[in-house]
Amino acid sequence: MSLTKRILSRAAGALVGGALALAAGDAWADDTIKIGILHSLSGTMAISETTLKDVMLMLIDEQNAKGGVLGKKLEAVVVDPASNWPLFAEKAKELIEKDKVSAVFGCWTSVSRKSVLPVFKELDSILFYPVQYEGEESERNVFYTGAAPNQQAIPAVDYLMSEDGGSVKRWVLEGTDYVYPRTTNKILAAYLKSKGVADEDILINYTPFGFSDWQTEVSKIKAFGSAGKKTAVVSTINGDANVPFYKELGNQGIKATDIPVVAFSVGEEELAGLDTKPLVGHLAAWNYFESIDTPANKEFIEKWHEFTKKPNRTTNDPMEAHVIGFNMWVKAVEKAQSFEPDKVIDAMIGVSVPNLSGGYSTMMPNHHITKPVYIGEIQGDGQLNTVWQTPGTVVAQEWSPYLEGSRDLIADWRKPMACGNFNVKTGKCGG
Amino acid sequence: MSLAVEMHGGDANSVCRHGVAIALSVLALLAFLITSSVARADALDDTLARFLDDKFPGTEKAIGELAAEAPPQAAAILEALGDNRLLIDPADHVVAYKTAAGAILNAKTGEPIANVAAFKKVRVNNALRRAIEGATGSLTLANPDAEKRLAAAEDVFRTRDAKALPALQAQIAKESDPRVADAFRLARAAILATSDSATSQDRLAAIETLKARGDQDAQSLIDQIAQKATDPAVKSAADSALSSIHTRLMMWGAAQDLWYGLSASSVLLLAAIGLAITFGVMGVINMAHGEMVMLGAYATYVVQLLLPPSLQNWSLAFAIPLAFLVAAIVGVAIERLIIRYLYARPLETLLATWGVSLVLQQTVRSLFGANNRLVSNPPFMSGAFHVGGLEITTNRMWIIALAVLVFVGLQLVLHATPFGLQLRAVTQNRRMAAAMGISTARIDMLAFALGSGVAGIAGVALSQIDNVSPNLGQGYIIDSFMVVVFGGVGNLWGAGLGALTLGIANKILEPVIGAVQGQIVLLIVIILFIQKRPRGLFALKGRAVEA
Repeated sequence: MSLTKRILSRAAGALVGGALALAAGDAWADDTIKIGILHSLSGTMAISETTLKDVMLMLIDEQNAKGGVLGKKLEAVVVDPASNWPLFAEKAKELIEKDKVSAVFGCWTSVSRKSVLPVFKELDSILFYPVQYEGEESERNVFYTGAAPNQQAIPAVDYLMSEDGGSVKRWVLEGTDYVYPRTTNKILAAYLKSKGVADEDILINYTPFGFSDWQTEVSKIKAFGSAGKKTAVVSTINGDANVPFYKELGNQGIKATDIPVVAFSVGEEELAGLDTKPLVGHLAAWNYFESIDTPANKEFIEKWHEFTKKPNRTTNDPMEAHVIGFNMWVKAVEKAQSFEPDKVIDAMIGVSVPNLSGGYSTMMPNHHITKPVYIGEIQGDGQLNTVWQTPGTVVAQEWSPYLEGSRDLIADWRKPMACGNFNVKTGKCGG
Repeated sequence: MSLAVEMHGGDANSVCRHGVAIALSVLALLAFLITSSVARADALDDTLARFLDDKFPGTEKAIGELAAEAPPQAAAILEALGDNRLLIDPADHVVAYKTAAGAILNAKTGEPIANVAAFKKVRVNNALRRAIEGATGSLTLANPDAEKRLAAAEDVFRTRDAKALPALQAQIAKESDPRVADAFRLARAAILATSDSATSQDRLAAIETLKARGDQDAQSLIDQIAQKATDPAVKSAADSALSSIHTRLMMWGAAQDLWYGLSASSVLLLAAIGLAITFGVMGVINMAHGEMVMLGAYATYVVQLLLPPSLQNWSLAFAIPLAFLVAAIVGVAIERLIIRYLYARPLETLLATWGVSLVLQQTVRSLFGANNRLVSNPPFMSGAFHVGGLEITTNRMWIIALAVLVFVGLQLVLHATPFGLQLRAVTQNRRMAAAMGISTARIDMLAFALGSGVAGIAGVALSQIDNVSPNLGQGYIIDSFMVVVFGGVGNLWGAGLGALTLGIANKILEPVIGAVQGQIVLLIVIILFIQKRPRGLFALKGRAVEA
């Protein structure tokens, strides 16, 4: 089994590498700096991660066309961890030790990030992690360009509680059974209770990965929502389980005007596999939408279509995170005048680059970036239309103030503190 | 004479005066009509102008004004707004809408507009969509089309828009269609139930109407009456209605769980029955079985891609034979090229077919891309209907029907055809069957084709409820093996009963202990059961079975 997977991934890697050699041409010269791309190109996560590999190749191409970084050309090294968590660690090691990459852009699921963490710490390299996650982490070698819970989940709940969002009083927290939904829902439940929502008005429910028979769950939501109080569903349902969930919602006639569903893992890519007409009005919370109308975004989408040669390929939030992360890395390298991870890590804090929604994102001392938050409604054409946004950018709370045990922690990687979990009560680093 | 003349003159005069008066009043009326229509047109202009800013509060105001003034264009404008078809050109101050057919008409005059480049859509959110539902509800209550009136009543019932009450009262008296009249009364009851100022009499009537509806919505509305009412008569009526609805809901809830169980069983059966043939007959542990299901789903996708729009509603009728063929051909290829060299070596077969399954997944991923493919549900496969308190989604209903058909069809093949006879002979005693002149290699191949083809048909059904992605099959392979092992190897009745038991048990456990725990409990029960009866529910009896 693992042999087959390895052969497959080798073959895929060889193919990609070959294509790259053709495309990049002179990028194979001596004076090149290598960038690792650690995204699954096969297996269950390929659906989400393949796009991120493509966007990285585009960004590197573009940077080389501009003359590279510090006069050196960049070269992408693509590996395929095949949605296999231990393989992520193996491949990360290979990238850092064998290929000597200067930075790695990669991972999607939290479990893959946790699996590569020891490798990055031990070999002292840099990982850019582009996906929204549950927080409760800050590492010296990782830069988190996706959203922490307070940059996505909490603003979404705030919107639903507002008059515009329907003054929701009753909540279903529906998630897939793994770490991201469980932690996010814990934070959300604590937050809702702090806003005066009663226990009996919160229903938390989990389903297994790839769950496809949503009849009972959806009818449960329907029953919970018919108690006379305005009800909403906060969905941390992951990946493939979303399509049958939304199909069942449509079939059982739950309209967004009755019980809106706000999702944190459903973007333009996922909607591409769905007939969105029965779903119009259901919501998604992200830090970027393809439909955002700014010159920077328009230019990015045009370049993306040109690069992929597919005029209707969608863009999404984690892609923007990679754009921001990559530009930050370039800027930090220029600031440090060095590709050495140690120097780049120190130079990263405070670097500020334009995001695609018309503002600037800054790398904060906690290794997370500032982001605007958008709430979008699903449209009949599969796009998300902004109905609400934060007035400015939001600073990430990597340690949630709503959770026992993480309330007193802060992360600040500037010297002399240089700690990811400093306890302000005990005054000690280490939780 | 003079008098007469005078009188005449008076008459003439009065006629004359009358004439003037009439003329004047006609003029005045005309003037009034013109000014009032100007005024109305102005009001409409003002209302439409609110859309031009494309800000939610302005749009909400415009919706309220359209509902209150009810100009003839209102229904069309509101419908367009709700469907995201209302367009604005803020530079030229033009509001227009796109008809369902695609023409662009001026919202005020209804004239077509040629130059459409500058238009953009008016944004709406859920709060606005609710306002639109309420407004169209009260606007279309008097629509000549009974279906539209019914939908309007449903809108009012859901939005509980108190502003619709007078129009509703007026319409109830006039309504001739009993169905619509019932819906109107329900809508009125919903408004009264949520109103603070309703009289005790109104409330009692509302309770009576809602009790007849007897669903969750009615329960929550009556509950609201019970909380608001101070009159003891209303309170006791509400309480008795609540308890009767509660019992009713409990009973229908149990029936609903049973239905969900049936539906889950049908999916399990479809996915597993092909495996019952290959696993049962040849004892081949085919890990690529799920990929046959996946190929069937992709066959459906390809059919929908290639069919002209006029035939789209029949896409599944084309997809079923194609899916069967594709999966059967791939199945035969696997059997001829790999499996037949590994007979009697179960462990190697397992590993080899697992490899095949990865190859097939990655092939499909390379051909079609890693993303989910959109397979649309034909109209008869979407939506739901009610039977008493049961809600039946049509796609699930058809899948149950398909599962029954496939089951009966396979039974016929096995028991009424020469191939079936030979297949059963090989299943029961391979060597004896070979000695009787049956070509067991040929039967193996055909059985594999049949099992794989049926899996392909399952893929068509699953494309209607699940993702069409390269991973589709993986989610079903474990469940399929569970069904076959639990039911008893080599027996279709076993697979049928196994699927039924597992499906229903799962759906009864799910609401009680949750989906994750339900699966765990079920798995433990099956393991214990297999300990007790290693050959499953229906153990095959025969001399060679032990071998």
